[in-house]
Amino acid sequence: MLKTLLLVYYEFFKVGLFSIGGGLATVPFLKEIAMRYDWFDLDMLSTMIAVAESTPGAIGVNMATYSGFVAGHSAGGLMAGLVGCVISTLGLISPAIIVITLVSKAYKKFRDNHLVQSGFYGVRPAVTGMIASAGLIIIQAAFLKGSIPAYTGIWTWVREFLGIVDYKAVILFAAAFIALRKIKVHPIWFIVTGGVLGAVFLM
Amino acid sequence: MKKLWELFTTFFRIGAFTFGGGYAMLALLQKEIVEIHKWASEEELLDYYAIAQCTPGVIAVNTATFIGVKQKGIIGGIVATLGLVLPSIVIIAVIAAFLKNFMEYKIVGHILGGIKAVVAALILDAVVTIGKKAIVDKVCIAIAILSFIASVFFSVSPVFIVIAACAVGIILKGRKRGGENNA
Repeated sequence: MLKTLLLVYYEFFKVGLFSIGGGLATVPFLKEIAMRYDWFDLDMLSTMIAVAESTPGAIGVNMATYSGFVAGHSAGGLMAGLVGCVISTLGLISPAIIVITLVSKAYKKFRDNHLVQSGFYGVRPAVTGMIASAGLIIIQAAFLKGSIPAYTGIWTWVREFLGIVDYKAVILFAAAFIALRKIKVHPIWFIVTGGVLGAVFLM
Repeated sequence: MKKLWELFTTFFRIGAFTFGGGYAMLALLQKEIVEIHKWASEEELLDYYAIAQCTPGVIAVNTATFIGVKQKGIIGGIVATLGLVLPSIVIIAVIAAFLKNFMEYKIVGHILGGIKAVVAALILDAVVTIGKKAIVDKVCIAIAILSFIASVFFSVSPVFIVIAACAVGIILKGRKRGGENNA
């Protein structure tokens, strides 16, 4: 059991060290873990991804936590599972803490350098564009009840497309956006209200 | 000590209410880090995001570590990151141990549907606010639009987009000397 837990730390340290570019970038690494150990299979992995996306927190962290639980549980039951999820999460964040501490020193030192300033002048709008694109993906997930229909001619396509739009979600989105511009409360209250309204109205 | 506690609780709140990945966290970061605690400016937040994209690890974790390190050195980084991941550990452990059919409860889907619609609005609002700071001229507008298109329609890796945009910035602005470059 101790050996499994050490392996869990080692494997998730590797995931943290080599996955670049966001939570879902960890999926290929988790697949490899699923193949190499008998902690969980690919079926379980898809459940873990679904849960990770549906619960609060960073998706990559949630997946690591879940995998650690399952790995520990398979080796030594509930307690080992609970220890496993702490260990896998610590493994995942360890490389980030080391790397970012070093990078942060460099950032502090070179931030006012003219070349670095010029680089960030280009990078900031690019990040803004990428955040907007992430927003679009979430809008799609929130507004559409199914996948976008295959193209079968303009009018049938438009009709099928409108058929999968969740109008209640669109109204909620519009109301939230207008409210955000008018009321300056903490975003947490918007998220909580959204969850409550979802439970009541999106039946 | 007080600062460490503040870092921990702030990132705990952010971890507990982030739905939809690292980018969805932006609205919370903007409120907590820029407005309430003033631990970073909006421009710095974007810099952290860009660096977090290109360094190993989960973006949300990298951003939390960055802000923590800036406030209180490596201890601050560790404390902020532990705060961020603690809600995940608690929630996932409960689901994995006791709620195996979590995804099958209908109410979960409905609550998430509502949250997603609101999170989409939060991201849009954050993009508008932050965009005003990031986009200072026509070149920036072009970079933002191109990055958006590259990411949405061509699934270009974020790492590549950041590196390319950095190169464009250096080529266009890098040659002029600092002092003459106030335009």
